[in-house]
Amino acid sequence: MPLFRAEAADALITRPLDAMTLIYQRRSGITHMVAEPIPEILSAMGSEAVTAKLLVARLAKNFDLGPQKQAEAIVADRLQELADLGLVEQVGSPDA
Amino acid sequence: MHEFRVTVGPASFRLLSQWARPLDQMRALYADYPTPEIVDYTVRLEATSLLRRFIRPSAAINGDYMLPDAAPLPADQGLLGLEMGMNLQMALGWRRQMILHASAVERDGKALIMTGESGSGKSTLSALLGINGWRFMGDEFALIDPASGEAVPYPRLISLKNEAIAAMQESAQEAKFGPLMKGTPKGDIRHMVPPREAIAKMTERAKPVLLLFPRFGHEGAIRDMPPSETFMRLTQASTNYVALGEAGFEAMTKFVQDVPARAVDYRSGEEAMELVEKLWEELS
Repeated sequence: MPLFRAEAADALITRPLDAMTLIYQRRSGITHMVAEPIPEILSAMGSEAVTAKLLVARLAKNFDLGPQKQAEAIVADRLQELADLGLVEQVGSPDA
Repeated sequence: MHEFRVTVGPASFRLLSQWARPLDQMRALYADYPTPEIVDYTVRLEATSLLRRFIRPSAAINGDYMLPDAAPLPADQGLLGLEMGMNLQMALGWRRQMILHASAVERDGKALIMTGESGSGKSTLSALLGINGWRFMGDEFALIDPASGEAVPYPRLISLKNEAIAAMQESAQEAKFGPLMKGTPKGDIRHMVPPREAIAKMTERAKPVLLLFPRFGHEGAIRDMPPSETFMRLTQASTNYVALGEAGFEAMTKFVQDVPARAVDYRSGEEAMELVEKLWEELS
């Protein structure tokens, strides 16, 4: 399962705006408009590298995520999308 | 080259032209505006080739900032060329404030900002309000100061198009108008000099308290617009949001959080003014 690491907390400016959240990335100057669960995922990632499985365990403490395997697949997809946007970085895989 | 200098709000321009007439027209229309010593931008109106200066003249708009594919205009539309050149310098070069493609008017120290695409009527509406108890602040660009959030006036000449020309000539009979230019890329255009008060107070800022998205040609209606939709639309309506970087992000975020936004549909200037007055009263 791949490992992802979020940008340092001060690399992004996050502003909630009704149903959306704005994320300004200082490094690129790009503004992202995202909806849940993206802000929740970024917040739960903290500063260390995490897998989708670990993130689901963290998120489950505050949110009702439904079946574990399904939640892991959804979070893994979102992490890959965030990596494609440059908001998180894939830093390897513990299985490799 | 003939030369004319003018200050509009916080920006100052040097206008150069190979023809005297467009500058004479500008000089007459901008007669009440200050003349700057030092300028921010230069706009040049030049013949597309030396021969063309004499045979079927055609003018190219050049300046500090240029669009390479801007089509030359017939020389008798030189005034329009100079105005377009000034807009271009602001849109591409201005960094002191965040620019919204919007019109603005003021009352009691508070600003009403109106944004929308070409044809939405935001320009005409600001001109109408400007002769009906509001101070006209600008019909094309609303400049938002990133530090204070205040709107900075940019009361350039009001650019009236097509049906709005006759309507404003009827409503503002004492106003000064420029030459009627027919068949421009945007149809018929005629410039109107803003009311005297708008020019005299062009350094007086105002705090935005209401943002409207007017839409002409639909049955009268008002709709609340959530901050997220407003943010998305305003980033598209800003010419320098990306260039301002973090300051732009902070200014835009603060703007959409602080200023309530409404979409307003209307079928006539009178109906629009009634809706504006109603909304203004509700908010104050």
